[in-house]
Amino acid sequence: MSVLIFIDTAEGLVKKASLEVLTYGAKVAEQLGTTAEGVVLGTVTEDLTALGKYGVKKIHQVTNDSLNHLDAQVYTKVLAQVAEATGAKVIIFSNSMDGKAIAPRLSVRLKAGLVSGAMALPDTSNGFVVKKNVFSGKAFANVAISTDIKIISLNANAYKTEAGEGTAEVVPFTATIDAPKVKVINTTKASGDIPLTEAEIVVSAGRGLKGPENWGMVEELAKVLHAATACSRPVADAHWRPHNEHVGQTGFAIAPNLYIAIGISGAIQHLAGVNRSKVIVVINKDPEAPFFKAADYGIVGDAFEVVPKMTAAIKKMKGIA
Amino acid sequence: MKILVCISKTPDTTAKIAFTDNNTKFDVNGVQWIINPYDEWYALVRAIELKEADASTVIHLVTVGAADAEPIIRKALALGGDEAIRVNADSHDSFYIASQIAEVAKQGAYDLILTGKETIDYNGSSIGGMVAELLDLPYVSLAAKFDLAGTKATITREIEGGEEINEVELPVVVSAQKGMAEARIPNMRGIMAARTKPLKVVEPVAAGTLTTVAGFGLPPAKAGVKLVAADNVEELVRLLHEEAKAI
Repeated sequence: MSVLIFIDTAEGLVKKASLEVLTYGAKVAEQLGTTAEGVVLGTVTEDLTALGKYGVKKIHQVTNDSLNHLDAQVYTKVLAQVAEATGAKVIIFSNSMDGKAIAPRLSVRLKAGLVSGAMALPDTSNGFVVKKNVFSGKAFANVAISTDIKIISLNANAYKTEAGEGTAEVVPFTATIDAPKVKVINTTKASGDIPLTEAEIVVSAGRGLKGPENWGMVEELAKVLHAATACSRPVADAHWRPHNEHVGQTGFAIAPNLYIAIGISGAIQHLAGVNRSKVIVVINKDPEAPFFKAADYGIVGDAFEVVPKMTAAIKKMKGIA
Repeated sequence: MKILVCISKTPDTTAKIAFTDNNTKFDVNGVQWIINPYDEWYALVRAIELKEADASTVIHLVTVGAADAEPIIRKALALGGDEAIRVNADSHDSFYIASQIAEVAKQGAYDLILTGKETIDYNGSSIGGMVAELLDLPYVSLAAKFDLAGTKATITREIEGGEEINEVELPVVVSAQKGMAEARIPNMRGIMAARTKPLKVVEPVAAGTLTTVAGFGLPPAKAGVKLVAADNVEELVRLLHEEAKAI
């Protein structure tokens, strides 16, 4: 019996969300009195032994060209082999784009109950119950998994990464690997440096900015905060900003530590995508904007004055000239 | 070309979220039901566009639900689609629902199975992947674009911080998200036509469940907004740094 953690990588590097699931998985193992092991598929260019500091003792690595891009069908068959060989009873994914593709398949293959979008450690006092986000962040559900093997996919930013001491032993794993049916013919990076769904701070703006030409100050603020930029639906629909920046009910759902909303009124559909943010700051000239009700901090004022001042104040605080 | 579009009934995005029976059931009192937006705007509308480009395309809709799901499936038929299948079962967990859809899919030998990327109530994001595994088909999740040339699909998939373009031979299961198609509203002709389109009711196949919801809860209410004067932005930055420890 062990806890098996899927370490998600991109272009040979371990994703930030993987550090969260490693920390989380090690805690689950501790809770169950067992050990946590990791699994990596494909070529990785960074030192995997260093991931031991998040609490995994052993990392199984399956290296094969067929695994350098995601084909969920191929990945699932390989992961099922690793899970069987390691006697995994709990398997943990990040509820990332790749996690969403693989975890449901593995759930079927192993007849293992899946809770996706987990927000906290499982409650093992009476069965195995995982708290998950439902109704787009407006509520949570406690979901009991009744199968022998359990799969959890953890929401981004739901569990804080903790680094301690230790190194992991990396062991090659030999698996039967099918030829991928899904071919990746091109990969493009979005304009921002920081992926929106992984960002700890997100600076977002809406129609209050009047036009795409006014986004410079938003990008400036995001830059000093090492934040990702986002926007509301009308802004994406008007093509002021790309669709991959749209947060809300029908865009991306995000849960950063800090969400700064500039010139966004806060319609319920927008809130559904951001209400899991830990701290919400709203800057809006309309004191009646519904967003203030969901905010922790607010400034009633003109974004064109407030935002540059905020950038300057943060620069001063951080000692940036 | 045969397409199966999975349709789910969800509460309207503005519905009040409350629970009854000691927080074990969603309070349906006064709730307006809609087609899950991802199923409607992205999966179904893209299927309709594919039929518009190739009139020989056949679109079937499937939903797993009791008779009260019928107004939703009629609305979906009003947008487009040739016939609908309702698997007559109260929804259990994702695995149970996926098992029912997989059974319908096996009967119909579809080239393309489309789902929304998730439902806005359970946020499981699981049905597409589970159906694909049950049918042993390839699966492309979170698709923002879908194009077809013969039997080869070219699909743009969202990845962290970018996009990936995938190529795959049909049959395939695809989950759809924003970008796939623009929202439409049914027109009068569609609404009239939907009344006479076949809506087949089939009984569920035996399938287990892997999970059960033990209870629901609401997140703690916000303490209330702390307002800072517009001419005192430095104070906001100080609060974010020292009090909220967010920057």
